[in-house]
Amino acid sequence: MQILGALVSGLLFGAGLFLSGMTNPAKVLGFLDVAGSWDPSLAFVMGGALGLNALAYAATRRRPRPLFAESFALPTLRDVDRELMAGAGLFGVGWGLVGLCPGPALANLSRGELPVCEFVAAMALGMLLRQAQRLYSVKVPG
Amino acid sequence: MSLSTSFTPGWSLAGGALIGLAAGLLLLCDGQVAGVSGILGRALTPRRGDFAWRVAFLVGLPLGAAMVSAVTGPLHGFEITHTLALLVGGGLLVGFGTSLGSGCTSGHGVCGLARGSGRSLAATLTFMASGALTVFVVRHWLGIS
Repeated sequence: MQILGALVSGLLFGAGLFLSGMTNPAKVLGFLDVAGSWDPSLAFVMGGALGLNALAYAATRRRPRPLFAESFALPTLRDVDRELMAGAGLFGVGWGLVGLCPGPALANLSRGELPVCEFVAAMALGMLLRQAQRLYSVKVPG
Repeated sequence: MSLSTSFTPGWSLAGGALIGLAAGLLLLCDGQVAGVSGILGRALTPRRGDFAWRVAFLVGLPLGAAMVSAVTGPLHGFEITHTLALLVGGGLLVGFGTSLGSGCTSGHGVCGLARGSGRSLAATLTFMASGALTVFVVRHWLGIS
């Protein structure tokens, strides 16, 4: 049931990304281009997603546990640290260069086009590089 | 690539609501945050008992998009004319950055903000700003795409 819940969630998520326009990189770049011909559509994506998810979160947090898992796996970090800010800054540069963030990039794999595959492969490699760097910095402090 | 896309508040709000619903469902069913970068990142170096649900969610993303597009047609179009170097460079930055910063547009922007997380607010403002700055430099200073 846990797997089915994740599959249905992924299906709805991918459907929402496509309907919203997030899967078109040109539309994302149009949203980020505040000094050019700005397309504010993605603010509506954010508004819709945030609104519904906030309601869902408020309803869910009263439950002692999820339906199909032992416990909730919510982030526990609280500090705004250098890694968070540097990571978000770098992510934004990549996002602004291509117009794809992880969700839409994966949803676009359904198109079977080479540029999407190249982007996703590089993105996965970037994630692995960070994980490797983290292991290295734990083993060799400083 | 054309510089302007049309304003689609209705579709975007509806799509956004579906995304919010999907994130709420994952929390209710599996107790997990619907942050795509985190779900993918930890599926790349899997741990026992924490892999199958990630794959199911990740497979759902392109399937869901394909199912809707089969009904609606292209709807918003799809334009990507970047060179290989730009695609790879952008992909590496997105992958490394979201991993270092513990989240992307969905994990911080949708899920974190809905929980009232200060970290997610700081991250979201940062990647929005650096994204907009990058587009400004690329389009209006360098005059590319």
